[in-house]
Amino acid sequence: MSTTLAFLGEFGDAIDWIFNSRESQAGGAQVGGAENLPLLWTHLKLTAAAMALAIVIALPLGLALGHTGRGAFATISISNTGRAVPSVALIAFFVAFFPGTPEFWNVTVALALLAIPPILTNAFVGVRQVSRDAVDAARGMGMSGPQIVRSVELPLALPLIFGGIKTSTVNVIATATIAPLVGVLTLGDPIISGSVYGREGQIGASIMVAALAVAAELGLSALQRSVTPAGVKLERGASGTPSRLGTLKRRIQTVP
Amino acid sequence: MTELFAQLQTRDRSAPDCVADDGICPGWIADNFDRYLDPFWQHVFLTLVSVGIGFAIAFALAVMAHRRRWLVPPITQVTGILYTLPSVAVFFLLLPLTGRGNTTAIIALVAYTLLIIFRNVIAGFDNVPPETTDAGRGMGLTERQLLWRVELPLALPEIMAGLRIAVTTTVGLASLAFLAGAGGLGEALFADYTFRSNVLVAGGLAVLLAVILDLLVLGVQKLITPWTRVAT
Repeated sequence: MSTTLAFLGEFGDAIDWIFNSRESQAGGAQVGGAENLPLLWTHLKLTAAAMALAIVIALPLGLALGHTGRGAFATISISNTGRAVPSVALIAFFVAFFPGTPEFWNVTVALALLAIPPILTNAFVGVRQVSRDAVDAARGMGMSGPQIVRSVELPLALPLIFGGIKTSTVNVIATATIAPLVGVLTLGDPIISGSVYGREGQIGASIMVAALAVAAELGLSALQRSVTPAGVKLERGASGTPSRLGTLKRRIQTVP
Repeated sequence: MTELFAQLQTRDRSAPDCVADDGICPGWIADNFDRYLDPFWQHVFLTLVSVGIGFAIAFALAVMAHRRRWLVPPITQVTGILYTLPSVAVFFLLLPLTGRGNTTAIIALVAYTLLIIFRNVIAGFDNVPPETTDAGRGMGLTERQLLWRVELPLALPEIMAGLRIAVTTTVGLASLAFLAGAGGLGEALFADYTFRSNVLVAGGLAVLLAVILDLLVLGVQKLITPWTRVAT
């Protein structure tokens, strides 16, 4: 393995490290290869927990605010403030101010707070941009408020909602990398503890984190395509925007 | 005896109980504020240089793609991948190429700003009313004159909005630059992350910096687009 990858230099060593374990720099414990699996597992667990928490809070709130049309200013403010608070500061804040709570949950809450603004804003904007005619028609057909949200506004807002969830997931995966700084051992541990894992560990784990982020992005895009109603896809195709550009377009909210 | 012990702590002498308890200590903050100045200015340096380079590249790409629309999807995809890659991972993927330090940190931060700025510049150009470009052409402006005198000024609000997002995002990401050996407020923050005073000051300065730079860009926008002040 290492001979075939030799032409890649340090990157070859790093790829070798991902698949084959060896003794750590400090001696004793094994690192790399199968030893990466628990780190990967923690990384995924942390991401899943934070995203679940964020979605449970932000999605219903965004839908409700979008449906009633209230809280536009608050939603935009939350998303702007959210961008300004550094993720490291948020994690450190929870660890410093809630020293009694297990680190895993402190980091989960910090990551969830980081994930909330994009989901909230996108759900809000997604519901607001649903054509008023469609909502009026639904109301004329005798649908109740919750029914309109469920069968009209939610499906039509799905592309934007998924855009928000995608942005947040990629963000959370990226930020979970620094969790080892406060003692939660994710894939970031080889990156941060270079003296134990060596350079090939640092680079190897970076490759894994990058691959994880790209995989999440692609996986959620595929899921998004499969849940978007056929009618919405048709409408988008007719407007003539290239679809890939369209998916990216929704990822960043611009405030003109 | 305990007091003697507290005095031996490296952190402080003025309010030992507060500092030993990892509390919020105004006295300690006042005495030690100067140690945050260097990381703060390093943070400012990283942010401004990264956003500056990122803006130059993304703006050039956008101007290029503006007249050659087929370039937009490939550029968006490539910058989209750069945007997806976690910056911490990029810091270390660059390790064999550029080592540790400012260069590595700045490359990673620039890569992250490209999509944000490129997308907004293109959106700005797209939203220029066709009547104005038609009028410009009718007045005999060349394509170059049209770009600089008509389209660019009208696209400015969206371009500046992109710049604001890029600046605040970069301030946040520069907090991780210490992992690439480039210091910044993140380093100060993690030097003692259980000490509340330290977390508050270092984190607070980062948020403050983001807000100040955001307002500065907004101010510049108001200055260079005086006509929007009349309109709104």
